[in-house]
Amino acid sequence: MAEVRFQSVRKTFGKVAAVDDVDLEIADGEFVVLLGPSGCGKTTLLRCLAGLEKVDGGKVEIGGRNATDLPPRRRRIAMVFQSYAVFPHMKVYDNVAFGLKMQRESKATIKERVGSAASLLHIEDYLDRYPSQLSGGQRQRVAVARAIATKADVLLMDEPLSNLDALLRMEMRAELKALLQKLDATTIYVTHDQVEALSMGDRIAVMNSGRIVQVDNPLAVYDQPADIFVGGFIGTPPMNFVAAQVIANGAAPTAQLSGGTLPLGEDARPLAGKDVVLGIRAESINVQTTPGDGMIRASVVVVEPLGSHNLLTVRTGDDMLKVSTPPNLFPAPESDVWLQIAPERIRWMDAVTGAAVSDASEVTPSRVDVLTRAPDTGAAPAPS
Amino acid sequence: MSAAAQPASVGQRIRRWEGLPYWLVLPTLAYLVLFFGWPMVEAFTLAFREEGVWSLDAFERMYDDLRFGEALKTTLILIGVIVPLQFALAVSMALLVNGRLRARGLFLYIFLLPLAISDLAAGIVWSSIFTERGYLNTILQHLGIGDPNLPRIWLDPTDQTTLLGTVVVAEIWRSTALIMIILVAGLQSIPKEFNEAAEVFGAGFWQRLRTVTLPMLKPSIQVALLLRVILAFEVFATVIAIAGEGTTVLAAEAYRWETTNQDENVAAAYASLILVLSVVSALIVLRLLRTKKEQLLR
Amino acid sequence: MRTAAIGTVKYAFAILLALWVIVPIYFITLAAFSTEEAVYAYPKQLVPRDMSTDTMRFFLDSEGVVPSLQRSILVALLTLVIALGLGVPAGYALARFAFRGADTFRLGIVATRAFPIVILSIPLAVIFLRWGIDDTVYGVAIAHAALALPFAVLVTSSVFAGISVELEEAAMTLGCNRFSAIVRIVLPLALPGLAAAAIFVFIISWNEVFAAAILTLEERTLPAQILTLLNASPLPFKFAGGFFLLAPSLLVILVIRKYLFNMWGRVVK
Repeated sequence: MAEVRFQSVRKTFGKVAAVDDVDLEIADGEFVVLLGPSGCGKTTLLRCLAGLEKVDGGKVEIGGRNATDLPPRRRRIAMVFQSYAVFPHMKVYDNVAFGLKMQRESKATIKERVGSAASLLHIEDYLDRYPSQLSGGQRQRVAVARAIATKADVLLMDEPLSNLDALLRMEMRAELKALLQKLDATTIYVTHDQVEALSMGDRIAVMNSGRIVQVDNPLAVYDQPADIFVGGFIGTPPMNFVAAQVIANGAAPTAQLSGGTLPLGEDARPLAGKDVVLGIRAESINVQTTPGDGMIRASVVVVEPLGSHNLLTVRTGDDMLKVSTPPNLFPAPESDVWLQIAPERIRWMDAVTGAAVSDASEVTPSRVDVLTRAPDTGAAPAPS
Repeated sequence: MSAAAQPASVGQRIRRWEGLPYWLVLPTLAYLVLFFGWPMVEAFTLAFREEGVWSLDAFERMYDDLRFGEALKTTLILIGVIVPLQFALAVSMALLVNGRLRARGLFLYIFLLPLAISDLAAGIVWSSIFTERGYLNTILQHLGIGDPNLPRIWLDPTDQTTLLGTVVVAEIWRSTALIMIILVAGLQSIPKEFNEAAEVFGAGFWQRLRTVTLPMLKPSIQVALLLRVILAFEVFATVIAIAGEGTTVLAAEAYRWETTNQDENVAAAYASLILVLSVVSALIVLRLLRTKKEQLLR
Repeated sequence: MRTAAIGTVKYAFAILLALWVIVPIYFITLAAFSTEEAVYAYPKQLVPRDMSTDTMRFFLDSEGVVPSLQRSILVALLTLVIALGLGVPAGYALARFAFRGADTFRLGIVATRAFPIVILSIPLAVIFLRWGIDDTVYGVAIAHAALALPFAVLVTSSVFAGISVELEEAAMTLGCNRFSAIVRIVLPLALPGLAAAAIFVFIISWNEVFAAAILTLEERTLPAQILTLLNASPLPFKFAGGFFLLAPSLLVILVIRKYLFNMWGRVVK
């Protein structure tokens, strides 16, 4: 296993920079997820690491060696493709053994490694079959077994779960995570599904338009998004973003929303008069059916019962918010509710750049910092 | 599909590794330039140049020849008759084979048989049927039609109509399979939901054919028509096999001038004429059956 | 009720069409395998009664037939080698690489269809005369290959395009360089499609009559031989010749019918 390093990596197609000056370090044994919407450059970055794309600028290091000009077969990587790419004309056994055969391992070693990979993926019974005789989920396992059998330095995965149906995807997610933890493999995993990213990665690198916007552990990315894009991309439902004015003349600071006023803590005083956006997650908004101090009135538009909780879309003033309530709280559409927002759960964003505003609290967004340049702001894009 | 904006989807990636694709393509390109492009130029040279002098003599000889008018007329008549008949037939066959039909595979195989049959063989087959002592007369006689002692002479060298008729039948028999297969491929690319939706909204069979199937089939029809028209100008062995010297077409004349008369200039003149007619017809077809890009399925 | 009636009409129509295709083939086969008297007889036998190989033998014994048969096979094989030898790499390049000029190249290939064999073969006859390869199988093979090459390029291109490029990439991450990835992964999967294309190229050459007739005098291929002797020869010759030209086609269609749609469906785009 080995560490991976991207240094100022750049890849253009025609005039468009699919990967635009990316720096990223991945420690030995770490599981990093590249997350972002379609076209953000995550797959391209992965393929640059694999050697399937030639970089137009920058350096790629694997295990301390400069791998930038090496062909894929010399980088000591293994890859699981989105379509699995399991060879149809070979039996499962030969598929899993392929990488080892290319390395000219002895028959005995091959047999042993194939056997252990197969048992880890629970495909021992299929070794003698052809891929066309297997289901999609089984083929996916073959693809993973093939990759881990080679005991490569770095494991690359390009949206391996996206072709599975929802239930199978959930099961495989857990199984894959357990497996990779056991193997302690350096893994780089690409996905557009933020649920997958949150649940699997040690760290998540959120990408947008060819740049890395935030790199952090899942909880930090969730609670302290670096900008409006990340906040809107991560989480189901996405973070609510509301235009607000912080007023702090004399008394305790308050936030003026189009639908009402919220009390804030003292640490919000420096934000007074600035052009800010209030970011708050659905589950951080307390919904009450009777009015109270410091609450904002809102009108219920849609109620979506989700079993474990209800997702409400409410309108307050000019803004629409998503809020969640316990399953027994079922306000009728067009009825009024009152929203209570804890000031410490608010994530303030700069209305101009879209980036998070560091206030008095010490939390810094990330370790590896490329955030100084703000990417596209604007409406939170729908996660694809 | 050009090497522009985004990385392409599965099935095609953009690479520029040491100009490999150019090396792979070069032999083919070279071969085609040498054995296609150059002959083309030579053909025009032969047609327009004689004894080292640019002249239209060859064309004059071609035009003045008695058989020229007949060849041109016959060729055009053949195309005018064969193509519409053939298309109607091909569309029927394609629809039959594409829909629900018992033993569909068998019918498909049978309908496709003529695809690999040469025009010479087709000509021989049908001449054996229409010949005086051939199978058609045999059948007619069994059916009690006609005088047993005087079987009808279908292939009368002096009777243009029956000669052409036989050629038409032979050509339709032979080459409808090609049209059919193109149409079937086109039909299969039309998702059946469109016809189902039309049916749900009340359209009957002929209505659906007219308003849904045929319009969506237009690109395939265009290609098939293009191919067929171009091939029609090349009709050659069928005519010789059936009609002998009784009638002639442009390609047959080119053949005769080249071999019998040993006059390659006139032969080249005929070839040039055929080329011009083909290209003009192709352009006409392309224009008439143009599908606006917005209307395409993708 | 009504749909059942329509179904019967459809079926009857289909049978009619099928008969229309098959019956002439049946007749020529009958004629080719009948006795010599039966060939000239009238009315003709409609059912196989006196089958014999007289007619076939007459045909095969006729002057120049067997050599022309051998030549046809040779030419077809040569055409195959040239057309596929050049076409497969080009098809692969078109399928896998989006290089500048790819679209123009493809368009050019498709455009060659518009050029009739007539305008190709007449100057070739002159050119081959200059080079000293007129009236040889090689000349004919060259002409046939020029005819078949565009087809070969388009078909192999679509065969390769149908094989996911990720399979090659997977092989490359597992230790292959591009060449061994192609040999181990792509070729085995492309083989059926390529074989079908090869067979079809063979038949194109086998059937071709115009260029073969123009480019040869002594060294004729089968169709050319039959054509030149056609109107001067007796019926048995005609019938047996027709059958001989026909027979491989029947076999070929049977063997590659599965691939025909893929071939023509894609080539047509």
